[in-house]
Amino acid sequence: MKSAVILFPGSNRDRDMIKALEQISGQPVATVWHTETELPQADLYVLPGGFSYGDYLRSGAIAARSHIMPALKAAADQGRHVLGVCNGFQMLTEAGLLPGALMRNASLHFVCKEVMLETTSTNSAFTSHMEKGKVWRCPVAHHDGNYFTDAETLKELEGAGRVAFRYADGTNPNGSLNDIAGITNAKGNVLGMMPHPENLIEDLHGGLEGRALFESVLQSLAA
Amino acid sequence: MKARVTVTLKNGVLDPQGKAIEGSLGSLGFEGVEGIRQGKVFDLDLSDRNEVQAKSDIEAMCEQLLANTVIENYSIELL
Repeated sequence: MKSAVILFPGSNRDRDMIKALEQISGQPVATVWHTETELPQADLYVLPGGFSYGDYLRSGAIAARSHIMPALKAAADQGRHVLGVCNGFQMLTEAGLLPGALMRNASLHFVCKEVMLETTSTNSAFTSHMEKGKVWRCPVAHHDGNYFTDAETLKELEGAGRVAFRYADGTNPNGSLNDIAGITNAKGNVLGMMPHPENLIEDLHGGLEGRALFESVLQSLAA
Repeated sequence: MKARVTVTLKNGVLDPQGKAIEGSLGSLGFEGVEGIRQGKVFDLDLSDRNEVQAKSDIEAMCEQLLANTVIENYSIELL
């Protein structure tokens, strides 16, 4: 699996993501600066977490309009896989690659802690090799993770199995609708999620629960 | 020419910041504040163009960047 991570001013989870991808794919990971207009060939493009452009205007809003984005949209249209984590999820919604918006946490607090996630759909490459219904630990660290969309879109997301992950066991840290933690696009090749699976992939992290998602992509692409 | 864009949250979209401000006004002793919605104001300084053009340019700016129309409305004022 070839992967590439797109970097923005203010990205700060990029190294964690690169490390996770390198460890799990066993291949070097390309990096792409946001001013580029072309992407290197890859199976998986990742928008990492952080505070691109200092969250000015709205989280992810400026990054979503950067020069590399048309190429990313084209890659997604061609069926390449795109993963956005945290600020990356915010960028995907701002760029229109995923529906809805990530609003200020209902508590107004920045939350940095572990939550429980339920894998609620195995419809996409990101989750097809994960166990449906399994509840697993995952860290979150965000201020704007409160997923919101209109009633019609919510119905579509739920009906089509596009809610990939949901906060479980009463651990919703941000007030998101229907406890949504991550969603996919209609084709299932774009996933956005607030939690950080890249931060739970080796023993030093205190657990390996985050590996399953990356391994699922790896196995789906190999199949 | 100058213009002002006001961006507000749509009805039905929760505004936790507005709620916190409302609570804070209450604790300062202001009574009868029945709701607050927080928004944003953008003051634009544009090169000269006619009003119709200006409105249509600013509308495009709002649609593409200044507002997230999933959750926000905008209004445009030429000053």
